[in-house]
Amino acid sequence: MNRRDFLKNTVKGVAGLGISAAAIEFINPKDLLANINSDNAKARWAFLVNTYKCVGCGFCVKACKQENEIPYDANVTRTWVERYVITKEGKRYADTPKGGRDGFITTKIEMGKDKFQEVKDEDIQKAFFVPKLCNQCENPPCVQVCPVGATYQAPDGVVLVDRTWCIGCGYCIMGCPYGVRFFHPKYHTAEKCNFCYHRISKGLKTACVQACPFGARQIGNIKDPNDPITKIILTERVGILKEEFGTKPQVFYIGLDREVK
Amino acid sequence: MKNHVFRPLLAVIGLVVIVLIIRVFYVPKDFGVHERGYMYGWYREGNIEEWKTQVKVKYQGKEYCAGCHADKVAAIDKTPHAIIQCENCHGPANDAIADHPSEQRPKLTIDKTRGQCLRCHSKLHYPSSGRDKIRGIDPDKHNPDIECVMCHNPHKPSLEGLK
Amino acid sequence: MVHGELWTIKDLFVYPNEYIYWSVQIVMYPFMTGLVAGAFVLSSLYHVFGIKELKDIARFALVFSFALLFIAPVPIILHLQHPFRGINNLMTPHFTSAIAAFGIVFSAYGAIVASELWFLYRRHFVSIAQPLKEKQDKTLAEWVRFIIFCSLTLGVYDVSEESLKKDEKAIKILAGLGIPVACFLHGYAGFIFGSVKANALWMTPLMPVIFIMSAIVSGIALCMLTYIVTMEIRKFLAKRKKASQFGHQTTEELQSAEINVIRMTAKYLLLFLVFAISLELLDLVFRGYTATKSWDVLRSVIYGKDFTSIFILQYTIGNLIPFILFLLPNLTIRRALLAVVLVMFGVFMMRWNVVVGGQAFSLSFAGYMHYHLPIIPHDWETLKEGFFGALAVFLAPFGLFWVITKIFPVFDVEKSH
Repeated sequence: MNRRDFLKNTVKGVAGLGISAAAIEFINPKDLLANINSDNAKARWAFLVNTYKCVGCGFCVKACKQENEIPYDANVTRTWVERYVITKEGKRYADTPKGGRDGFITTKIEMGKDKFQEVKDEDIQKAFFVPKLCNQCENPPCVQVCPVGATYQAPDGVVLVDRTWCIGCGYCIMGCPYGVRFFHPKYHTAEKCNFCYHRISKGLKTACVQACPFGARQIGNIKDPNDPITKIILTERVGILKEEFGTKPQVFYIGLDREVK
Repeated sequence: MKNHVFRPLLAVIGLVVIVLIIRVFYVPKDFGVHERGYMYGWYREGNIEEWKTQVKVKYQGKEYCAGCHADKVAAIDKTPHAIIQCENCHGPANDAIADHPSEQRPKLTIDKTRGQCLRCHSKLHYPSSGRDKIRGIDPDKHNPDIECVMCHNPHKPSLEGLK
Repeated sequence: MVHGELWTIKDLFVYPNEYIYWSVQIVMYPFMTGLVAGAFVLSSLYHVFGIKELKDIARFALVFSFALLFIAPVPIILHLQHPFRGINNLMTPHFTSAIAAFGIVFSAYGAIVASELWFLYRRHFVSIAQPLKEKQDKTLAEWVRFIIFCSLTLGVYDVSEESLKKDEKAIKILAGLGIPVACFLHGYAGFIFGSVKANALWMTPLMPVIFIMSAIVSGIALCMLTYIVTMEIRKFLAKRKKASQFGHQTTEELQSAEINVIRMTAKYLLLFLVFAISLELLDLVFRGYTATKSWDVLRSVIYGKDFTSIFILQYTIGNLIPFILFLLPNLTIRRALLAVVLVMFGVFMMRWNVVVGGQAFSLSFAGYMHYHLPIIPHDWETLKEGFFGALAVFLAPFGLFWVITKIFPVFDVEKSH
């Protein structure tokens, strides 16, 4: 083929591709840059957990299930409570029977299916409860790995899932270091705590915050300097879970012990 | 096309164009890059509003209950059980007032099971936890066959008020 | 029962939402794409590097790669909770996710293989389409054949020497271009796992490379296996004096051609096998040496729970024994056959140990999850994510290959490129 033909073909090819490429409005670099640089969201939701106050009653888990229509008997939950028992001999036990949905009503620690460990009261060095929920991370790895854009972060920091778009691949579930995600038993899409988005956007508290009798859970706007939880987070000593992953979680813990997994 | 070598390339380009045309119809118009950038903000914007509006609020909180049941709320507020939400034992209020005119309002559900009370009152000697400070019993030893409410009144839980 | 609950047994402290979500079909998927990539690389060894002894198996490998390509997405479709929404991957891909590469890479790779096949078989299509075009009264069967082969010519009927030379050049370019794409096709699968920082077993930069190396191993092994099997069939038929179907080759000629091809290909298989094993052992050694937070639970999984699966099934039966079999002098067909079957088993176990092994321990590092593969299906889910679903995926390419060879014949195509 001669040079003229080659050039003609190239021009035709490029023009064809160009027209098609114009149809691709995936990324407009200027918009992209503008989005990243502007941080004009007025609110950023954050959560505060006080593990000294949590008694393991499980009212939060029950309320969450009912408020967010997660089938009550299904063995998945948007939030859960863990129990940690450390003995004087240095043995460590942890369990979360049904996620704490029915509270912790026995001293026997669940070690597997139908397996329990009895720990005598006098052997206990320390024991406590740790509620967990989605951390609505600032750098959410679950959002990063979604192949279709079904899960995303809203401008106010809450990570949501679009049930009409999720293909159910499970990559986000594998990508979460905290294990907060699961497949919804009915919708078969990825599911997780979303800070009761339908409640907080109406000025209500999340179901778990409202249900907790002991004030172990609180939610607030970390961008508001007058918010009670903002004051605590900024002035008192708080911890976060699994910091080494670089996810920048926005659930803060008072009394976070090194034993917490 | 003088050179047959480019035939397959044409076929491929044709397929790509078809996919792009399908895309125009298939992808919702509000799908794109939003505030958090491409990595964290690639989504269908309409979904945010769906989450805000399409889920009904079920738990209304104590003040809502007090609207009709002020006497009960006032009574329980004098006891240590004031900290418990009514709906923790009586189930979510949903839209109780609006749903039914007062004559037809359904009876309040009450969770009377032992498990409900044992959530806090099964004694666990756990130093360094708030649980340690709650008075409780050994569920296997203290009247294991009967409901707590047979003897105890949750709205007046003081041991002096036993039936 | 929530998804995954049926085949997961939890032990000790596991978070409530943790189950084995990525089950056998996710093991099958990298296995199948590995075969695709490996078969293609084998074919390209002839077309790009001109290794003449591989000519016969090269054409074979390319067609098989094409058959495998159609089956490779099937495990994904079977695994997705919303399979019909799978198209979203192509419609709104989120390229920060490795899985988003699936649509583009597969399409690109499919285009390359299809184009290469077109150039390779163009003359064959024309030789069938041309006489049918001229024929006036076509039977229904002939009409169907005509439509298929006429459209396959893409309207090009020039089979002069000059045009065929252009074809050869195009094949060489496509084969060369296809090698990095094939590597990407499987490398991205390795990246899917290697980039998940939440999973202590999967997280390693070596993962994409390990996957590519073992993919090539499995692809070569599969082609050798199918080649041996088809050669045995041909010899059997030649012995029964159906010589007219297969040209003029006698059993002896078939035999000697076969053993040379097998010995040659085995050398390449060994080379990539050594790469694959070295990288995997390197990963294990580094983990043990650096002993980070996850090492305690990983060690208990690797050296305890999964010891048999990893060291006996994968490394010994799947790698060491075939290694010895290949290295022993005077490789026979029978020994090669056993060795390639064991190699493919080893590659499958590697995928199993990565996918299932990565879910064998809890994110809490204080609990375990045991996967028991559903064998007898009692509903759609236990069928598609169970033993028979995986078996169907494995056998389908062979069936599809047989169908495709009706259009792309792999033996005795006259004066092939």
